[in-house]
Amino acid sequence: MIKKLLGATALSVAMASTAIADTVKIGFVGELSGGGAPAGTQYRDGALLAVDEINAAGGILGKQIEVSLYDTQTDPQTSRALVQKAIDEDAYVVWGTVYSSSTIVNMLVAQQNGVPQIVGAEAPNITQKGNPYVFRTAYGAHRGVPALTGYFRDTLKAKNVAVAWVNNEFGKGGHDVFIKEMAKVGINVTADIPSEAGAADFAADVSRIKEANVDAVFVYLHEEESARFLREAKKQNLQPKLVGEVTLTGQKVIDLAGDAANGAVAHVGLTAEANIESIKEFGAKFEKKYGHKTDHNGIKGYVAAYATKYVTEMNGSFDQEKFAQTMHGLTLDVAKYPGMLLTTSWDQDGELSRESFMVEVVDGKQVVTTTVAAN
Amino acid sequence: MMTKRNMWLLAGLIALILAPLGQGNYVVYTLCSWLIFSMAAMGLNLTLGYAGQISLAQSAFMAIGAYTTALLTLPPAEDGVGGLGLHWLVAMPISVFAAFVVGLIIGFPALRVKGHFLAFVTLAFTTLTFLVLRNEDWLTGGTYGLVGMPRPDFGFFNTGKQLRFYYFTLAVFVVFCLLMWGIIRSPWGRAFKALRENSIRAESLGVDTRRITLLAFAIGSAAGGLAGSLVAPLVQFIEPGSFALVHSLKMLLMVVVGGAGFFFGPVIGAGVVILMPEFLRFTEGYYLMIYAATVIVLIIFCPKGLIGLGEIIRNKLRKDKKVRGDMDKGAQL
Amino acid sequence: MEQFFQVLLSGLATGSIYALAAIGFTLIWQAAQTVNFAQGEFVMLPAFFLLAGMHFLGMPFWMALIFGLLLAVFVLGFLFKRVLVDPLLKHGGLSLIIATMALAILMKESVKEFYSAEAQPFPEIVPNGSWDISGVIVSLTDISHLFISAVIVIGLQLFLNRTRTGRCMQATAQNPGVAEILGVNVKRMVLYTFLINGVLAALASFLITPVYLAKFSNGEYLGLIAFIAAIVGGFNQIRGALAGGLLIGVLDNMTATYITAEYRQAVPLLLLIAVILFRPQGLLGTSEGREA
Repeated sequence: MIKKLLGATALSVAMASTAIADTVKIGFVGELSGGGAPAGTQYRDGALLAVDEINAAGGILGKQIEVSLYDTQTDPQTSRALVQKAIDEDAYVVWGTVYSSSTIVNMLVAQQNGVPQIVGAEAPNITQKGNPYVFRTAYGAHRGVPALTGYFRDTLKAKNVAVAWVNNEFGKGGHDVFIKEMAKVGINVTADIPSEAGAADFAADVSRIKEANVDAVFVYLHEEESARFLREAKKQNLQPKLVGEVTLTGQKVIDLAGDAANGAVAHVGLTAEANIESIKEFGAKFEKKYGHKTDHNGIKGYVAAYATKYVTEMNGSFDQEKFAQTMHGLTLDVAKYPGMLLTTSWDQDGELSRESFMVEVVDGKQVVTTTVAAN
Repeated sequence: MMTKRNMWLLAGLIALILAPLGQGNYVVYTLCSWLIFSMAAMGLNLTLGYAGQISLAQSAFMAIGAYTTALLTLPPAEDGVGGLGLHWLVAMPISVFAAFVVGLIIGFPALRVKGHFLAFVTLAFTTLTFLVLRNEDWLTGGTYGLVGMPRPDFGFFNTGKQLRFYYFTLAVFVVFCLLMWGIIRSPWGRAFKALRENSIRAESLGVDTRRITLLAFAIGSAAGGLAGSLVAPLVQFIEPGSFALVHSLKMLLMVVVGGAGFFFGPVIGAGVVILMPEFLRFTEGYYLMIYAATVIVLIIFCPKGLIGLGEIIRNKLRKDKKVRGDMDKGAQL
Repeated sequence: MEQFFQVLLSGLATGSIYALAAIGFTLIWQAAQTVNFAQGEFVMLPAFFLLAGMHFLGMPFWMALIFGLLLAVFVLGFLFKRVLVDPLLKHGGLSLIIATMALAILMKESVKEFYSAEAQPFPEIVPNGSWDISGVIVSLTDISHLFISAVIVIGLQLFLNRTRTGRCMQATAQNPGVAEILGVNVKRMVLYTFLINGVLAALASFLITPVYLAKFSNGEYLGLIAFIAAIVGGFNQIRGALAGGLLIGVLDNMTATYITAEYRQAVPLLLLIAVILFRPQGLLGTSEGREA
């Protein structure tokens, strides 16, 4: 009973605050608890940092942004219900989710209701379903992985490679693109090794790669599994170059893997460590506000909020259909739109492109070796 | 003549009919999942509450129901994974039957052995089901799942809209409850109850406990299949993760929280699990902790679940009534 | 061939840790006739006790190790028995089993909320180092895992068979009624069993966490493996759990190396079902042992 009363009070407080006129409502639907919480909370923190800045500067078209947070518990079915709830509660735009397995479910709801949705998910199929309302904040694996093809062929001069990937929505997307890319340039994939999400024991995986005698290994795992993989690779003295996309060289992986991470190389779309003024400045603001470092998901959230502001102000109204139309084929130049941090474009499918980086872990630090132009 | 019990049931039904009116799509959707999970949990209640066996496979049976229904009702595809384009009315009985048969196949060996081996076998089965759904993508769409299952159209009544789908679910729920009521009151059902009250005595009275337990488990599995058959058109998207072990655990706790062995216990339990996060949203990440702790406290102090708790309170308030009589009636409800 | 030995060694090393968890699981089964569905979380938690000792209480590593061990014995042994097992045993095994499922959720969520949702690095108990023996990398970690587990198991066997207390515990596990008549303090013996489970869980935790990294969800897989190992090996003795642990460790790695990575997890599960079907007393178990 007390719980119910408390719940009712919480609800009425929330309602009182929504009664204030001249606000625009945003539904943040993300992984605030459950397995995806590390990613979802970063996305949220990045977004809320931007919202504070935007509101302090007068909001969007004079309206203050009011964000309602919805926790998916990292469960796709719950996320579907919550996107519905956000839309029932008049969300103008939905931000999230970060996990592809959730996004692929809940984007149907936003599409049916004609509500623009800015997601942090990176699985290729999200922008391949002809959904005109979904937009990314980081490009999908089918854009990221091909950027590595040249590295395998020209820099490493690899003839045979192995791929270690996590067998879920995220990993399968990257794996399938990688296999296609390698076939295109005539590199043999001689060891193709899936593992479970949350896998802890990579002894067999590494030993198979060792046996396969390859020139390089493409590691497409989540952060924690990447760290375990790197440690096992070091233990078994695995020689070939380890190459990843986004996750392999992340700060979290370096913290967990220790010196086993040294020498790992990755192509990174967004990195908080990039030697670029705008990103460093954002990183400092983020750390000042929250007391911990940001990662690529924090940047995604920040960008989602600013994209919402810029697109709406371009339209001059809060028209959702027009929002989607404007954003297709749009390029936001960072010189004019500093909130984007990097110049960013969206194509007709909501897919994104911006410049990216090749990084290598040297002495426990991410070092940007080259910058890859936007594609 | 209306008995007091029937009046309560009628009131409950009217409440369910009125509940979604004037509500947003989200609330209606949540009510739908409540009814669906109630059915799965009521099926599980047969196994747990009546036969006293732990099953951790209810989500796997939901998966069987959901994937069977999806593959039968999805339109045939030019490329990729497609279905047969059959009507839900055809797909549903096949799904239920499939779950029933698999239940028999799983339960038969597990129940040969005394002890809690059904718990282990069903646990293994749930994880195996997940792996098959994830790996055999030629049939199940693999990790990407299946999308776009049509909601049934009955000609005069198309359930495409959320509210209409709710009434469709409610109708299935009512029919399901009547069927379950019938089963509980049949000779089988009386054997279930005898089993629950005292399995040794039941055995000595000539009840083949092993067969009855197996039957309870298989019927419970079929209920899981029915729930799955409704999940497919409700969510219109299914993927292996939605039927992982953790969901079996969730349903098991629904039954325990509501009151194992009480007819409507699982409905209350499902309500707590599905609707409570709404009321406890302000607790943020602590929700699951509070929930788990509540379950433990409830098991220690009130093993009969929330329904049992209600009875304890009622008995405290009305000292004049005989405690035993009241308990018996509660068990029948 | 190098690959075979490499994988065999890794499998044995991991399997020896599974065995520790499985033995504790077996002991609890014998003492309280219950299935502890939180056993995996019991292995997950002590690592966080140690981390908390180091990071919040500023202890040096060796002190945090002892702190973690003692706290684990107290919480997972004493408190678990007093708060959960004792009041529930009278309601029958079913309630207790379900309570341990809820306990597993509670422990996982608590660690996630109060410590961290992200994996944490964990200090190595054993120094790094390895030898290359004709192509097979033999790491100090693997060898010491095997060695430490062996010492623990032998020590436990000696304790149970050679000391008076140990024999009383065995008598209690086999038949509490008779043991009581013979003057054994049954309650105390059951408590000892729970304390020993706490010790085993803590040791398994400290050995495996440097490899697995400290994460709240570590127990999900470990718990599953522990009871598969216990059932496959045979429920009523320690050597059964030991053999089961090693077997699962090796089998898991061999499957992933030579047969299938997609269905890697399925192999122990199929083995479990096969054992329940054809040899419910376990590979090394004897059928005269008590049924639960």
